[in-house]
Amino acid sequence: MVESAIAEKFATTKFAWSEFRDQKRVVVPAERLWDLLKFCCTELKFNQLTDLTAVDHLETPDATDRFEVVYFLLEVESGKRLQISTFINEPDLVLPTATNIWSGADWLERECYDMFGVVFKGHPNFKRLLLPQEFASFPLRKDYPQQGRGERHNFPVITRAEG
Amino acid sequence: MALELIDSPDLMDAQKREGSWTLNFGPQHPATHTTLRLVLQLDGETVVDAEPDIGFLHSGFEKLGESLDFNQYVTIVDRMNYISPMANEIAWHHAVEKLIGIDLTPRCKYIRTIFAELMRIHDHLLCLGACVLDLGGVTAFMYAFNEREAIYEICERASGQRFHTSYTRVGGLLYDVTDDWVAMVRKFVKSFPRAYDDFSGLVMKNRIFVERTRGVGLLTREQAIAGGATGPVARASGVERDLRRDEPYLAYNDFDFDICCARGGDCYARFQVRMMEMQQSIKIIEQAIENLPGGPIFVEDNGKSGLPDKTEVYRSIEGLIHHFENIMPNRQMDVPNESIYAATESPNGELGYYIVGNGTFKAYRARTRPPSLLHFALFPLMMRGCMLSDVVAVLGSINIIAAELDR
Repeated sequence: MVESAIAEKFATTKFAWSEFRDQKRVVVPAERLWDLLKFCCTELKFNQLTDLTAVDHLETPDATDRFEVVYFLLEVESGKRLQISTFINEPDLVLPTATNIWSGADWLERECYDMFGVVFKGHPNFKRLLLPQEFASFPLRKDYPQQGRGERHNFPVITRAEG
Repeated sequence: MALELIDSPDLMDAQKREGSWTLNFGPQHPATHTTLRLVLQLDGETVVDAEPDIGFLHSGFEKLGESLDFNQYVTIVDRMNYISPMANEIAWHHAVEKLIGIDLTPRCKYIRTIFAELMRIHDHLLCLGACVLDLGGVTAFMYAFNEREAIYEICERASGQRFHTSYTRVGGLLYDVTDDWVAMVRKFVKSFPRAYDDFSGLVMKNRIFVERTRGVGLLTREQAIAGGATGPVARASGVERDLRRDEPYLAYNDFDFDICCARGGDCYARFQVRMMEMQQSIKIIEQAIENLPGGPIFVEDNGKSGLPDKTEVYRSIEGLIHHFENIMPNRQMDVPNESIYAATESPNGELGYYIVGNGTFKAYRARTRPPSLLHFALFPLMMRGCMLSDVVAVLGSINIIAAELDR
C-alpha cells in the first residue's frame, strides 16, 4: 500500500524496494529525498522519525557510492515502519534537513554530521553534537583509525589562572 | 577567556540580551547524575531557554562495535545505560539474532524476559529515588536502593556479576539459571509489593513532591511524537505505544499485562507511569517464573548447540574443542550480508540497534538508537517557562543517562 502510494505520487522517479525480515526498505535519489520524506509524513502518516544514521561503505565490496544515509520512519498508531535510504558521495555531502518535517531530526542530524560529516542544509542550529567544535575529523568514517589521530593528547589545556 | 573557548557565539549573544542572564548548569552538578551541561538563559528565575551541551562521556562505543564481534560487544553495550545493564544486552542480542535469524529456545526467552522486567524495576526505582533525592527527600532513595540490592543479587546469582553482567550470548545465555536463582526471584516477587507500597506512599503522596512535579515540564502528545519520544516519556503524554505489545519479542506474547499511560504530560505523569509499570513488571515476572520451561538455553546451529557449559570447557577436551569450534572466526554462525533494525522496549523507551552485516560475525556498522538522546533533545521545549528549581525535576523525570546519551 505504501509502495503503490509512493509509486503513484513519484511516477517519474525510480525507487529500489527491498525487504528483509519484514522490514520494508526503499532507496531514493538524494534530490527527491526531502519530497519523499514530506510525503511520507503528511500523506502516509509516518509521524515519527525513529532514527537517522549513516553508513560508510568504503570497505563494502562492489559498493558504488560511499555514504548511505538511512531514515527510520514509524507510524505511531499502527506501528508501521519504513526505512528510507539515499546514497551520497564526496565532495557533495549535502542533504536537505528533515527538522522542518519532524522536530526529532534535530539532534540526529547533528550527530550524523559529527560522526560522518554529512551536512544537512537548512538545519536551524547546525554544529557538532558530541565532539568538541574544533574537532577536525569524522570518527565513524572507515578511514578514521580506531585509536584516533592523537586529538586526545592535543586538547587545549586551560589552567585555573587563565580562567 | 576560557569560557569563550567552550561557549558557542550565539550563547554569548543571548547573555547580552537585556534583562536575561545566563547560568551554567553542570557538567559537574549532583542533579545531572553523570556529566552533562546545560546553558540556561534566565529571566529572573524563569527559564527562557535551555541549551544542552553534551558529549562529555563520548567514548566511541559505535566505533568499537565495528571491531568487536557480536559476543564481545555485549560488554560494551552493558555500559551504555548502566542503570539497567541487562536491558541493553537483551536489546543488542535481539537485533543480532534477528539479523542471523535465530529463534531462541523457550527457556532462554523466559529467562531473558524475567531479566528484562527486573531491569525495568531496577531502572524505574533509581530514576524515581534519585529524582526525589534531588528534590530534597532522602528516605525514598534508601528504600529504592534496598530493592535494587535484591535485584543486584539476583543478577549476581545468574551471571556472577552484580553490575555489568554480560550475561546474554548470541542464541542463548552465558549460564543456565539454578534452582536457588528461581527461589530468589520468587522471594523478590513476594516481598516487592510491600516495599512498593512503602515507596509509593513516600513518593507519590508526598505533598512537596507532588507540588514540585505536577504541571511542570509539559510535553504534549504531538510534541512527543514529532520529537521521537518513546517509553514512559511518550506514554505519560498519552501515546499508547509499547513495543512489548506492539512488536512482541521474547516471550511477551505469553503473558497478561497492561500498558500504562497517563494524559498529564508533566513530570508527575511520567513518574506515575513508571510507578504503574513496576506493578505490571512484577506481574510479568510472577507469570514467567511460575511457568519457566525446562530444556536447553542455547539454540542448535549446524549441529552445534551454541557455547558449551563452562565446566565442560575447563574439564574435558571434547568441551574445549566444542568451545573452540564456536569461537574461531571462520567457524561461527552464518551471518547474512544484510542490515537490520530491531528495537526492544527498554525501561527508558525504544532502544534500537541498526546492524549492517558483512557476512562475518562482526558488525560492519553497529548503530545504537538511544532513547535518552531524543528525550534530552526535547528538554529545552519542556523547560521553557518553568522555574530554575524545576530543572532538576524535569531532568530526573526524563531519566537522562549520559553514558547512553553520548556513547
